[in-house]
Amino acid sequence: MNWTLALPELVLSVCGLAILVAGVIPKKDMTFPCTMAVLGAFVVTGVLIITQAEGTAFGGQYVADDFSAFMKLLSLAAAALGLLLALDWNEKEGLSRFEFPVLVLFATVGMMAMISANDLMSLYLGLELLSLPLYVLAAFDRDNPRSAEAGLKYFVLGALASGMLLYGASLVYGFAGTTNFDRLADALSAEAGISAGVIVGIVFVIAALAFKIAAVPFHMWTPDVYEGSPTPVTAFFASAPKVATIALLVRILSGPFGDVIAQWQQVVVLTAILSMVLGAFAAIGQKNVKRLMAYSSIGHVGFILMGLAVGGETGLRGVLVYMAIYIAMNIGAFAVLVAMRRNGRAVEGVDDLAGLGRTDPAMALAMAIFMFSMAGIPPLAGFFAKIYVLLPAIEQGFWAMAVIGVLSSVVSAYYYLRIVKVMYFDAPVTGFDVRPAGVSFVLAGTGLFTLFFFLFPAMLLDAAKHAVAAIIG
Amino acid sequence: MLTIGLAHYLTVGAILFVLGIFGIFLNRKNVIVILMSIELILLSVNLNLVAFSSRLDDLTGQVFAMFILTVAAAEAAIGLAIVVIYYRNHGSIEVEDISALKG
Repeated sequence: MNWTLALPELVLSVCGLAILVAGVIPKKDMTFPCTMAVLGAFVVTGVLIITQAEGTAFGGQYVADDFSAFMKLLSLAAAALGLLLALDWNEKEGLSRFEFPVLVLFATVGMMAMISANDLMSLYLGLELLSLPLYVLAAFDRDNPRSAEAGLKYFVLGALASGMLLYGASLVYGFAGTTNFDRLADALSAEAGISAGVIVGIVFVIAALAFKIAAVPFHMWTPDVYEGSPTPVTAFFASAPKVATIALLVRILSGPFGDVIAQWQQVVVLTAILSMVLGAFAAIGQKNVKRLMAYSSIGHVGFILMGLAVGGETGLRGVLVYMAIYIAMNIGAFAVLVAMRRNGRAVEGVDDLAGLGRTDPAMALAMAIFMFSMAGIPPLAGFFAKIYVLLPAIEQGFWAMAVIGVLSSVVSAYYYLRIVKVMYFDAPVTGFDVRPAGVSFVLAGTGLFTLFFFLFPAMLLDAAKHAVAAIIG
Repeated sequence: MLTIGLAHYLTVGAILFVLGIFGIFLNRKNVIVILMSIELILLSVNLNLVAFSSRLDDLTGQVFAMFILTVAAAEAAIGLAIVVIYYRNHGSIEVEDISALKG
């Protein structure tokens, strides 16, 4: 048994336990040291992932390859950026508790376990290790009725999704005779055809994972939870867990369920189309920026699912590239939302951004870059993200889906550009409070990436290509 | 004489699962009932897994069921904690009242 393969997860979990102890024992507030320790643990884990060997461990439960390394580094980066945003916010909202970084850390361990899952059992355990801290994080502002409601809604619907996933997993296990992904692939590739029980099971599993990434028609919890949760938590929700769940979808749909593509491809195509259309239209009337971003994230998930539905080397490469660019734009946009604070109180209306171009030109410029990028305007990163999923779709003959994707992208440009218009052309209201250093750091990093991606796309593309090669084989 | 086979267990499992789903969606009364429905769903899955495990003569399903039991306990603890903070903020856990966030 080769347990050293799982060293990144093990080290990160032990660090989490140690930081938990270190946070409890001293009498004084340990939030800042604990956050820094968690960020340090993320860096160490990242290094361990880069130097990790390939192979399977724990009786085939766990797999490490280029794909898992790519996705793990992406989710670690997203979690670290989300944590940076939370540092200052939590202090100003009176939420300075050292449990926050520890919860983010354990959610990250869950994401890494999911990404490396090679068995329905480790898939479920990773998913729950991710979900349980997220329920708590959504309700972290526990004296705020809206945060409590967001936590309650997220918990009920998340638990329902877990139940559906398990029911599907039990059917797949029963009718295919195994839970291991490699043996499932063998069992399902048999010429004899597959039983209806397995197909029902697969559909249940896909539906449950669609719940977790908020794809239509399982999106209804998203706007409420995104609006009610504390803003840095929303930034985290909208990025890192989606990476892990998309990674899991890619792995199971191209691995064990790859030979039954005829059974699930139509489902994913339909979900992708519905998500793109709903993300484009439902966000138009929103006055709350967090709600708007929730619908925007549903639309982006639609594009990612388009790459997944097309599949193949180019389609999956598009998924990975889109995911990486989406994380950067999204965390950047949420950094601006975290900085929206006037006279010590957080504000979250679209109108509150009015005149930002005059009161804080640097932040307005960054926000404009993110909005243009999300709308898919060249030469910003978001344009390339869309190109890399649209081109494979057209090459493989998914014309209808590609055309609907482009059209919904045009519609969604309306609400992205409306934010730019409000920032630069509306009469200024009083400026925001001084921008915290953590937010400036995140804004600079993600903004430069989004702006200059077109100068050096090869690095990300090569990494994504290697990752996809590992999974398609 | 009637022998109880796999199909019977699967039918009971399916009925419990559907009861759980309906308990979540049709329930307009109390959040605690939703928590009970979630437990019902997880138990139906356990029943399925153990029945399959016995039929396939393979221990994986029973190990899986053990993991689900432990995770379900943790999930229920977190769910109840969230219900408590919700009650402290709103003074009620009626499902009808959970509607401050919408649009």
